[in-house]
Amino acid sequence: MILTNIETVPGKTIVEHYGIVQGSTVRAKHIGRDLMAGLKNLVGGELKGYTELLQDSREQALARLSEQARELGANAVVNIRFATSSVAQGAAELFVYGTAVTVVDEMGEQ
Amino acid sequence: MGEFILQHSDFFIFIFFVALGYGAGSLMERNHYRSIRKREQALLSLPVTTTEHESFIGSEIGEATLVVGSVVVSIDYFKRLLAILRNIFGGAVTSYESLVDRARREAILRMKEAARQQGAALVINLRLETSAIGQQANRKRQVGSVEAIAYGTAIILPAAPGDDG
Repeated sequence: MILTNIETVPGKTIVEHYGIVQGSTVRAKHIGRDLMAGLKNLVGGELKGYTELLQDSREQALARLSEQARELGANAVVNIRFATSSVAQGAAELFVYGTAVTVVDEMGEQ
Repeated sequence: MGEFILQHSDFFIFIFFVALGYGAGSLMERNHYRSIRKREQALLSLPVTTTEHESFIGSEIGEATLVVGSVVVSIDYFKRLLAILRNIFGGAVTSYESLVDRARREAILRMKEAARQQGAALVINLRLETSAIGQQANRKRQVGSVEAIAYGTAIILPAAPGDDG
């Protein structure tokens, strides 16, 4: 699965569109991490627990997006966009969406 | 004296947190900026643009792939207090400027590191996303920590003809 956030795949031609595919996850970290983040909030700096959490959810969201695209018979997703929001206390949502397409090499062979 | 401290213990705890936030917070920020500058120097050879077009490369493209970098950075207690005071009078909240600046630069650096690992020659169509997260995000208007995501399309040039075999 080729993923890009531009409108095309460089070096390849889009032959078919399948419309929007999306993937999202809502994650809450466990209480130990939350406590550490609370302490870290006093002195500032990177909150490693949250960074890891969001990285995991981003990978999962991307996996769901690719899965959806594969089910449609696409071999690439172009114009991918990310969005994050905090939906409930201590929980973060990560949303990723893009357009599923089929691409072939510019020579015309797949 | 001990009795006085006990009676006003919440006040002393508050002072302690402010002092801790100021001391540890500014030390960590200095260290972070030093590491950011050092890694930015090291990654200067990997260009990043916000344009979508890759035609200016002038050579054939091997592969294109999505690269992402993200970080969550929180503000210290002292700066949060400064920001609350600043809210009364209005004006530029300088204590938050360094927070978002650090988060964005760190996110871009992580994205570039991911791109370099894939052997990319450049990254096009860089997009930055910032959001307030954590418990504080929903409570009042006070922002505790910000998340920055940087993502783009890494362009990998085809291997030189000599490397094919």
